[in-house]
Amino acid sequence: MAIKVLVAKPGLDGHDRGAKVVARALRDAGFEVIYTGIRLTPEQIAEAALQDDVQVVALSLLSGAHNTLFPKVVELLKAKGLNDVLVLGGGVIPDADIPGLKAAGIKEVFTPGTPTTAIVDCIKANVK
Amino acid sequence: MDIVEELLNHNKLALAKGITAVENEYDNAVEIMTKIYPRTGHAYVIGITGPPGAGKSTMTDKIAKEYSKRGFTVGIVAIDPTSPYSGGAILGDRIRMMDLTADEKIFVRSMATRGSLGGLSQKTGDAVKLMDAYGMDRIIVETVGVGQSEVDIVKTADTSMVVVIPGMGDDIQAIKAGILEIGDLFTINKADRDGTDKLNIEIEMMLELNPEYHGWRPPINRTIASKGIGIEAVVDSIEEHKKYLEESGKLAEIRKARTKSEVTAMLNDRVNRYIDEKVVNTKAFDEQIVKMQTREIEPYSVVDEIVAKVLK
Repeated sequence: MAIKVLVAKPGLDGHDRGAKVVARALRDAGFEVIYTGIRLTPEQIAEAALQDDVQVVALSLLSGAHNTLFPKVVELLKAKGLNDVLVLGGGVIPDADIPGLKAAGIKEVFTPGTPTTAIVDCIKANVK
Repeated sequence: MDIVEELLNHNKLALAKGITAVENEYDNAVEIMTKIYPRTGHAYVIGITGPPGAGKSTMTDKIAKEYSKRGFTVGIVAIDPTSPYSGGAILGDRIRMMDLTADEKIFVRSMATRGSLGGLSQKTGDAVKLMDAYGMDRIIVETVGVGQSEVDIVKTADTSMVVVIPGMGDDIQAIKAGILEIGDLFTINKADRDGTDKLNIEIEMMLELNPEYHGWRPPINRTIASKGIGIEAVVDSIEEHKKYLEESGKLAEIRKARTKSEVTAMLNDRVNRYIDEKVVNTKAFDEQIVKMQTREIEPYSVVDEIVAKVLK
């Protein structure tokens, strides 16, 4: 059955080309992608993930606020009882920040230059 | 989690999980539908259809907000197409509705068509029933962007609204068969654009020429949905149509016809699966198909024999 992925951009940057490329790649991989657009709050993202009952939340962020916003999304998903949602992050994220994000529950972080197939493979490996 | 019990208790997560179970045909899907069925039939279902880019999602967002303001709870099923090539889909209706996540009275679900061609997904009707049992007063079903013949929405909705925009073609488009015939309401969106008056006249003419109207003349509203202009009048029109259907006894007729068509579809589905299992996926059937290629046998008597044997 099609895997459902929510693609979202938390925070205030409006650079959505990357998120759209990823959304398209995931669609072509046979996933159902709920594309939610730009400038969202973590609460909006978590609530949409609940209502659409997605297995994956893919967050894109280029503003530098990832250390604040990514963990906040994970926290809100858990608060809503969504304990087994795979959360992925992507964007211009310094290597030094990645271990902290992973510790906060972001399963994988994809930085510029990542082939879209790596994201598809990661989802396939982690979602039943 | 007991999905049925929690859903009836207004647990949103249970509603979300219930729709997934039904959409993916999990083992517990039939049990869930069986249990919630007695609790359905209270919600009023509004269909919103129209061509791609007409503003259906924005309209849905604004109508839901207006209903919420009037004290109603609202469920939304927003449908987008599945790619026939990859089986994947991009469901983008929610982009226009992200504000609604903050409203406790509103629940939005995105669905992919998964191969259905009528503008809805096969499980739209079940998703509507789950929202109905959850306690939604109004349920809005937003179809995929339609061409001319995707009219399944009329089988699911009590009131069907067709959203059109100026500049899509001349008046011959308006007298063709198809989506323009199904509107209980018409809304001209983006009504600040050139051609709005002309489109209005064309729809009026089409309605004048239709001899089928008994008691309800579809109103034509004008909106600029992105700015929220004209939305109150649209919601008023929906409620007037609801009142008309109730008072004329037509709502009962529509719903009886809907139940009949749903049960017929369930029967057809069951028979199809049975035939797949007992006939189509057998070696004997393959052999018969091969024999047809060399014209040793012909299909018509084979079908008669199979029907006589399998569906006795």
